[in-house]
Amino acid sequence: MNGLYQLAVVFGVLVVALTIAAGLIWLERRLLALWQDRYGPNRVGPFGLFQVLADMIKIFTKEDWTAPFADKATFILAPAIIVVTVLLSFAVVPFAPGIVVADLDIGLLFFLGMSSLGVYSVVLAGWSSDNKYSLLGGMRAAAQMLSYEVFMGLSLMGVVVLAGSFSLTAIVEAQRNLWFVVPQFLGFLLFMIAGIAETRRLPFDLPEAESELIAGYHAEYSGMKFGMFFVGEYLGIILISSMITVLFFGGWLGPVLPGIVWFLIKVFFFIAFFILLRAALPRPRFDQLMSWGWKVMLPLTLANVLVTGALVLAFA
Amino acid sequence: MLSVLRTIWEVFLHAFRKRVTIQFPEEKPRLPPRYRGRIILSRDPDGGERCVACYLCAVACPVDCIALQATEDSTGRRYPEFFRINFSRCIFCGFCEEACPTYAIQLIPDFYMSEYKRQNLVYEKEDLLISGPGKYEGYNYWKVAGVKIGGKDKGEAEREAPPVDLQSLLP
Ligand code: SF4
Ligand code: SF4
Repeated sequence: MNGLYQLAVVFGVLVVALTIAAGLIWLERRLLALWQDRYGPNRVGPFGLFQVLADMIKIFTKEDWTAPFADKATFILAPAIIVVTVLLSFAVVPFAPGIVVADLDIGLLFFLGMSSLGVYSVVLAGWSSDNKYSLLGGMRAAAQMLSYEVFMGLSLMGVVVLAGSFSLTAIVEAQRNLWFVVPQFLGFLLFMIAGIAETRRLPFDLPEAESELIAGYHAEYSGMKFGMFFVGEYLGIILISSMITVLFFGGWLGPVLPGIVWFLIKVFFFIAFFILLRAALPRPRFDQLMSWGWKVMLPLTLANVLVTGALVLAFA
Repeated sequence: MLSVLRTIWEVFLHAFRKRVTIQFPEEKPRLPPRYRGRIILSRDPDGGERCVACYLCAVACPVDCIALQATEDSTGRRYPEFFRINFSRCIFCGFCEEACPTYAIQLIPDFYMSEYKRQNLVYEKEDLLISGPGKYEGYNYWKVAGVKIGGKDKGEAEREAPPVDLQSLLP
């Protein structure tokens, strides 16, 4: 019985995550349109919802072209890596009490590790495409993700100190009285910025920067291989939104409504916020991005860890 | 930093603005009279074809989508035997209208030209010719041109002096 339940949870998480990721294509276009005084896709089905289906059919039937000059094996492997690593991260996210695939004691570390592995996808894609723009995109991605990962992990240490655990379920339970966003507001801001950079979303989409690099690391990709990068990106948004919810906004905790509903409400709020950022902010220059990361974000994060640690020691 | 937050807030406020999109098939846009849309061939005020098959439009067309063949009727009046525009190529630049010496070819405010078969976008002369003068009401090329055609001799056009008798020009 228990095994069956576990299996159901695994498939449930997979199906829900992938469905939401596909639906996000529609949601993003509608929301962007909303903030640009347009309507967005509203013709296919109710509210244009079936646009997703139309897009899927299109992308599945497109020619799946592999550049003859590309390094075949790596070229095909790269888009899979990003989807796999992000989906694996979903294993440790506690959606509601009992609805978690693997409640690891080191769930947080597992998440950080997986998001670090994700960078291989982009770098390998850029390298194997054998195209100078792709390579530039891949190199940018590597530099950007390495520098933002440093304080992504550190910005969460305040939360870990407060909760006294690396287990995500324990972290949520520790927020029964007070969401961690209050004592860890700086940590929340830093984690969100790092999260956007990790998912390579605008305004931190320098690895693909259409105006300078055509499409950066996925310039040579087409058909479903390109689709994989897209799904990976949207899964990444869901993942980062879920992590923000779990770590700073009390996960499934909330009055009246069942936990999973609260979780989804919070996650969708952050997804919408990510899309709003895309609608509002221009892309910084690459050197600005790097110096921000190393000269502003990192010191702030270190100060945050120090002060949190000192306060916890002083009041414990 | 503050300006970033303000930008985010102001973009968010756009959610409550009026939409600028015109929902096309249900809602029609207002097109100005000189909008460059579907091409027509117009006629003189007295009903004759204006086009004199001079090929200027075909030459001016940057995408080469006009094809025609000149011919002449028994009175010496030139007209196109066939006149074909391939609208799947036309970029609606309006160069043909500018090149035309007789105001025959004109672009009108109409763009509802979707077809399921590409072949149907090739318009023949019957499809292009309209029965009126289009944008230029009173203009009649043959009435002002100094060319001799049936029913009108040299010197009989509007504002045209009779031809000079070369014999009488001697000093
Ligand atoms: S509008 Fe331009 S492209 Fe179209 S037929 Fe005239 S000259 Fe050619
Ligand atoms: S439409 Fe005008 S430019 Fe074209 S052949 Fe006829 S008279 Fe000449």
